[in-house]
Amino acid sequence: MFEILKKQELAPSIFLMDIYAPRVATSANPGQFVIVRVHEHGERIPLTIADYNEEKGSVTIVTQTIGASTRQICALNEGERLLDFVGPLGVPSELVHMSDEELKKLNILFIGGGVGTAPVYPQVKYLNARGIKADVIIGAKSKHHLILQDQMKAAAGNLYVATDDGSVGFHGMVTGLLTDLVKNQGKKYDLIITIGPMIMMKFVSKLTQELGIKTIASLNTLMVDGTGMCGACRVTVGGKTKFTCVDGPEFDAHEINFDEAMRRQGMYRGIEAKKLEEYDHKCKIGRHE
Amino acid sequence: MAVKTPRTPVREQDPKVRVTNFEEVCYGYNAAEAQLEAERCIQCKNPRCVGACPVAIQIPAFIKAVKDGDFLKAADILGTDSSLPAVCGRVCPQETQCEGSCILGVKGEPVSIGKLERFVADNARLQKHFDATTQPKNGHKIAIVGSGPAGLACAADLARWGYEVKIFEALHRAGGVLEYGIPEFRLPKDEVVRYEVENVKRLGVEIETDVVVGRTVKINDLIEKEGFDAVFIGSGAGLPKFMGIPGENLNGVFSANELLTRANLMKAFLPDYETPVYVGKKVVVVGGGNVAMDAARTAARLGAETHLVYRRSEKELPARVEEVHHAKEEGIIMHLLCNPVEILGTEEGWVKGIRAIQMGLGEPDESGRRRPIEIAGSEFEIDCDVVVMSLGTSPNPLIAATTPGLQIQKWGGIIADDETGQTSREGVFAGGDAVSGAATVILAMGAGRKAAKAIDEYVKNKKQ
Ligand SMILES: Cc1cc2nc3c(=O)[nH]c(=O)nc-3n(C[C@H](O)[C@H](O)[C@H](O)COP(=O)(O)OP(=O)(O)OC[C@H]3O[C@@H](n4cnc5c(N)ncnc54)[C@H](O)[C@@H]3O)c2cc1C
Ligand SMILES: Cc1cc2nc3c(=O)[nH]c(=O)nc-3n(C[C@H](O)[C@H](O)[C@H](O)COP(=O)(O)OP(=O)(O)OC[C@H]3O[C@@H](n4cnc5c(N)ncnc54)[C@H](O)[C@@H]3O)c2cc1C
Ligand code: SF4
Ligand code: SF4
Ligand code: FES
Repeated sequence: MFEILKKQELAPSIFLMDIYAPRVATSANPGQFVIVRVHEHGERIPLTIADYNEEKGSVTIVTQTIGASTRQICALNEGERLLDFVGPLGVPSELVHMSDEELKKLNILFIGGGVGTAPVYPQVKYLNARGIKADVIIGAKSKHHLILQDQMKAAAGNLYVATDDGSVGFHGMVTGLLTDLVKNQGKKYDLIITIGPMIMMKFVSKLTQELGIKTIASLNTLMVDGTGMCGACRVTVGGKTKFTCVDGPEFDAHEINFDEAMRRQGMYRGIEAKKLEEYDHKCKIGRHE
Repeated sequence: MAVKTPRTPVREQDPKVRVTNFEEVCYGYNAAEAQLEAERCIQCKNPRCVGACPVAIQIPAFIKAVKDGDFLKAADILGTDSSLPAVCGRVCPQETQCEGSCILGVKGEPVSIGKLERFVADNARLQKHFDATTQPKNGHKIAIVGSGPAGLACAADLARWGYEVKIFEALHRAGGVLEYGIPEFRLPKDEVVRYEVENVKRLGVEIETDVVVGRTVKINDLIEKEGFDAVFIGSGAGLPKFMGIPGENLNGVFSANELLTRANLMKAFLPDYETPVYVGKKVVVVGGGNVAMDAARTAARLGAETHLVYRRSEKELPARVEEVHHAKEEGIIMHLLCNPVEILGTEEGWVKGIRAIQMGLGEPDESGRRRPIEIAGSEFEIDCDVVVMSLGTSPNPLIAATTPGLQIQKWGGIIADDETGQTSREGVFAGGDAVSGAATVILAMGAGRKAAKAIDEYVKNKKQ
């Protein structure tokens, strides 16, 4: 179980892996996530399902190395196994519940930032399979950090790229690009789905509120169990407390209290930084042996 | 006369030492102490203790075997009624159950039934005394959702009767609350919980972890696609409640479940485990049940000055007497008859204290306990950097939401027959906290065993 069937470096510090997990592959829907544990002493790490193949029994995850645990995941190779891989967790994307007719009436735009581009892909693919072409904006630091561009091109309507350094596509943030598309190029969207760093989603949400476009954001809060048992993942949506792992991870962006969510995400920052130092230290010692 | 003999005291870790470690507080009896205590039982003809044990353990009989030094026979007697004696001996609320009704308690101290039960079970474990014989396989498959006491007990009985049993567990480790909730210092995980789980496996039960029933696989699929003849739901009541007061989402406010899961399941208290846990310098735990005591005593062991805030008086504390006593010994500071009205935060959004209000007690409510009433104008503040909410839990709605035809109560509990566990869905049974709401290990275990019997009958009838 949970063998790594394929591993590929998509960009510096971003890795794609196909994991053998037939039960998850059979039940997965766009918008859901899994929780992964690498070894007996490891943390439970939530990762969005980036693709799934029922025939092969495989589920794709795309991981960015942030701290000690994500580095451990990315250090594994093909043929090795994850200790735990549980899912699909969370509720499927709203799109899954809409009929093809309803979907066809909508102009849909996805905005993925950084590693958040990966979880956008299964949704774009889901729509494409129903003959619906959605537009996609990918935001990245530079052209080297762009991921899944080819796959996305094949499944999306228009694909737009924004890079912080302007090395490819629009020079600037995804919000700048969106403003340009809507205000200067006359694009009309009825629904925007955004996945990426919390700060990016916050500003996309602010902008789309001004533009009056319904927006959904996929939250990456801290989590422990992912089954509704601990409340570590709680966020305020529309003035009410919600558990991201069971009520989300996707919520109406205009209702999310992003400032609170970002603050809560940083709860263990001090402790995690120390752990990373220790991890790096161990790795260095390891290399000298 | 025997009645006057005081209870045989049990050895415990010194409170000052034990608040700095996670090792078991109570050492339990040795053979000599157990026999001494067993002498005190007057072997009642109509034992009141048995009627007060939810699974009617043959208490005088097992105690007599202890007195006679036949400890393994005592274990066999326990084994006919309980599949988790090492656990129940440690965590049952004995003072309100078996021991609460012991005749010796009328004039003196009741027999230490729980400690005797624990001794017998621990001894059997050390002697590797476990009967793993099962009846020949009968070709029927039963699926069990959840590996807490309800699921384990149901699985063990069915496996003994020749069923092929598979438990599906959402977490990465089996045991339910025994594993993720009740702390190591009350219920050792490696020695006791994992041993019990291993025994269930030795009967041939397969446990598949990392399966969230309702998400990874649905109950209908288990029956229709995977060929299970019946399903038992023992998914517990794991959903934590919050108070809904201002400041509850500040950094530093946790549910007791989060603190306990980080500490127990994820072993955050051990330096070589990676999951972080944060208790700050001063913690306020809100609540008065077993879970609140466990959270408070865990926080104290993680190095925080620990306070507990409870809205009624000490007499109404729902936690076991022994746990309250242990908590006090360990320096937990109790603030009774007060309730938080707000959690106060710093500009950066971290907890800096709570505002609480003093409570008086009015007339008894439906639960028979006196209703707490706020005393106007009595607000006061307690500084702290972490607040742990321990206000109870309710069943997770996931299974009901994904199983057509499964009826639930308004508060989320699965509707099931008391005696059989039969739900509104044919072939689907349920028991334990998922049905009753948060209760006790022994009740969950009892419900699992009743359901096992009903499942056996159901499958046999279906065959004809
Ligand atoms: C529903 C969900 C889906 C996710 N999907 C993906 C995915 O597809 N690919 C992916 O690479 N990551 C994803 N994440 C984020 C991923 O879980 C975190 O990056 C990971 O837990 C960090 O663990 P670590 O030990 O490597 O870093 P840590 O040492 O825990 O953290 C390092 C730093 O990152 C911050 N941080 C911690 N957790 C998060 C988080 N959830 N998001 C952002 N910053 C965080 C910390 O405050 C700290 O400063 C997802 C998270 C959630 C909740
Ligand atoms: C901190 C704490 C202290 C306690 N102290 C005591 C005490 O001292 N004495 C006492 O008698 N009782 C105590 N209790 C209560 C007691 O532990 C419970 O009543 C008992 O464990 C209930 O057993 P159960 O089998 O019904 O459920 P649980 O023990 O809750 O087990 C349910 C299991 O099902 C799993 N599950 C849930 N949903 C799914 C799903 N969809 N798919 C697959 N698996 C699923 C869960 O992960 C869990 O492992 C305490 C409880 C807590 C939380
Ligand atoms: S199972 Fe619990 S209530 Fe019954 S005899 Fe044992 S300790 Fe007492
Ligand atoms: S009531 Fe007390 S004395 Fe009588 S049999 Fe039970 S344990 Fe022994
Ligand atoms: S992660 Fe524990 S409740 Fe959501």
